[in-house]
Amino acid sequence: MTPPNTAEPAVQVADLSVDLGGRLVLRGVDLQIRRGEVVAVLGTNGSGKSTLIRTIVGLLPAARGEVNLFGTPVRRFRQWNRIGYVPQRITAAGGVPATVAEVVSSGLLSKRRLFRPLKTAERAAVDEALEIVDMAGQRKDGVAELSGGQQQRVLIARALVSDPELLILDEPTAGVDLASQGIFAGAIRERVARGTTVVMVSHDLGPMDALIDRSIVLRRGRIVYDGAPHASQTHAHVHPHGSIQDEPGWLS
Amino acid sequence: MTMFELEFMQRALIAGLLTGLSAPAIGTYLVQRRLSLMGDGIGHIAITGVALGLLTGTAPVLTAVLVAIAGATAIELVRARGKASGDVALALLFYGGIAGGVLLIGLAGQGAATLNTYLFGSLTTVSPSDLYVVVGLAVAVLVVAIGLGPQLFAVCQDEEFARVTGLRVQLLNLLIAVMAAVTVTVAMRTVGLLLVSALMVVPVATAQQFTRSFRSTFLTACALGVTACLAGIITSYNANVAPGATIVVLALAGFVVAAIAGTLVRRRRGVLAPLPDEEPEIGVPVPAPHVVSSAHQHAHDPKCGHPAVEHGDHVDYVHDGHLHAAHGDHWDEH
Ligand SMILES: Nc1ncnc2c1ncn2[C@@H]1O[C@H](COP(=O)(O)OP(=O)(O)OP(=O)(O)O)[C@@H](O)[C@H]1O
Ligand SMILES: [Mg+2]
Ligand SMILES: [Zn+2]
Ligand SMILES: [Zn+2]
Ligand SMILES: [Zn+2]
Ligand SMILES: [Zn+2]
Repeated sequence: MTPPNTAEPAVQVADLSVDLGGRLVLRGVDLQIRRGEVVAVLGTNGSGKSTLIRTIVGLLPAARGEVNLFGTPVRRFRQWNRIGYVPQRITAAGGVPATVAEVVSSGLLSKRRLFRPLKTAERAAVDEALEIVDMAGQRKDGVAELSGGQQQRVLIARALVSDPELLILDEPTAGVDLASQGIFAGAIRERVARGTTVVMVSHDLGPMDALIDRSIVLRRGRIVYDGAPHASQTHAHVHPHGSIQDEPGWLS
Repeated sequence: MTMFELEFMQRALIAGLLTGLSAPAIGTYLVQRRLSLMGDGIGHIAITGVALGLLTGTAPVLTAVLVAIAGATAIELVRARGKASGDVALALLFYGGIAGGVLLIGLAGQGAATLNTYLFGSLTTVSPSDLYVVVGLAVAVLVVAIGLGPQLFAVCQDEEFARVTGLRVQLLNLLIAVMAAVTVTVAMRTVGLLLVSALMVVPVATAQQFTRSFRSTFLTACALGVTACLAGIITSYNANVAPGATIVVLALAGFVVAAIAGTLVRRRRGVLAPLPDEEPEIGVPVPAPHVVSSAHQHAHDPKCGHPAVEHGDHVDYVHDGHLHAAHGDHWDEH
């Protein structure tokens, strides 16, 4: 692979509109995420956060505008091993039992050739990813028998296992207890230090809070705030000198 | 002369072995995707394929496999669209398949007896040329089901995630549908078109009583499928009934036994090994006395200029000789 052009932003969204069931769920979204940035996507339920994330990873088509990942339009993007994705999800289980290790190893498929068994290095990567979410002791357990938060941790491990350059996380820590959130934040911090880019939707950033460089607030399908993290959050009242709407970053 | 020396029984047993392997193999993926009844639908459609073969004088196995693949592709396309009308479209396809098949077989001048051999299997009708087709198709299904196991697993487990890892999801879904169609044809002479779906689903359900991993479910289901097929064929020979019925009855009996045994085993395991304590107390930080920084006028962040220090699972900021840590909507003294 040729060395990537570091000037290309990790994510570039231009004038994006997305139509779901005849309704414009995103309207004219412009967003650029540079490499190494850690961006929180905030907003109320139904404001379009998941829709934005799912369009960025190419799961939903754009009605207008375009999405580029590392400088390539998402429709033609093929280097999926550079992306780690945690979908917003209630369960990790399917109709047949599957173990934690089996689910996590499907995160390696972007690197795996067809008709090849799992290599030793890949097994080690699975163990390491499970270590990060503190689930190493449960690698042989069935995912269907885990609690919701534990299943969420399995999905996080599945996204981390391929050591991607861009992590796209839709409420990764929903239902995850504070201790595990701390472990997760530590893992993300270590990756951010190595230059990983993170886009994360969350209602409660918890221990991740300190890592965020920038936050984006969506309201009814538009970006209404794009700027420094704290002013956008509940921390607003620690700035007693004015209403939050006066902060730089609020867009009218 | 024992039954194992009879050539038609040898052929029936070979066909049974391959059916017993391939039906649960593809069935595991169908069950995982919660499409357990797909095999049943394809079986109905394949009846028209058989009838076309009988009408035109070509081998019914070949026409059945072609029509089944066409039908499975149609089912998959309707499913992928996910429209509400798709449900009705599938029903039309299924009943059209079975009614058309019965009609065409009547036109071909064949009676109910011929039709029955396809609907419920028949030991004596596996011809040597049928056997070659069955062996070839079954081996192809098994190579794909095992060789592409990780990819197919990922697609069936979480289709959206599979797309974001760059898998060709539509192609793999189509592959599963085509493999199911091929398996239906493979199983046609052994269990018959009306019961093939049972052999795809029941061994998987039985295996699940004891297994935790996808891999062991897959392997156990195949072993159970082979056992049911071979035992069913032998029983069918001795009792002189259609093999489809004996195979499925044996598979179901296996399920009942496994379900009862599984419940007992789980109950005993639960008694012997109660849940381990979820949270080992070591490593969990002792909650510090909670001191709120009063009237804190400043919001810290990594770029605010105050030195940041890691403190366990969070970051503190050094501020006028104090350590301040974010806590919800206020700042704590640490
Ligand atoms: N398949 C769909 N068809 C039509 N409308 C949809 C569909 N999926 C989502 N929507 C609508 O799009 C809007 C945005 O949904 P989205 O899932 O992006 O919200 P969100 O910001 O992620 O919310 P949450 O915090 O609950 O996850 C919602 O109002 C929802 O009703
Ligand atoms: Mg959402
Ligand atoms: Zn500060
Ligand atoms: Zn302070
Ligand atoms: Zn506090
Ligand atoms: Zn502290």
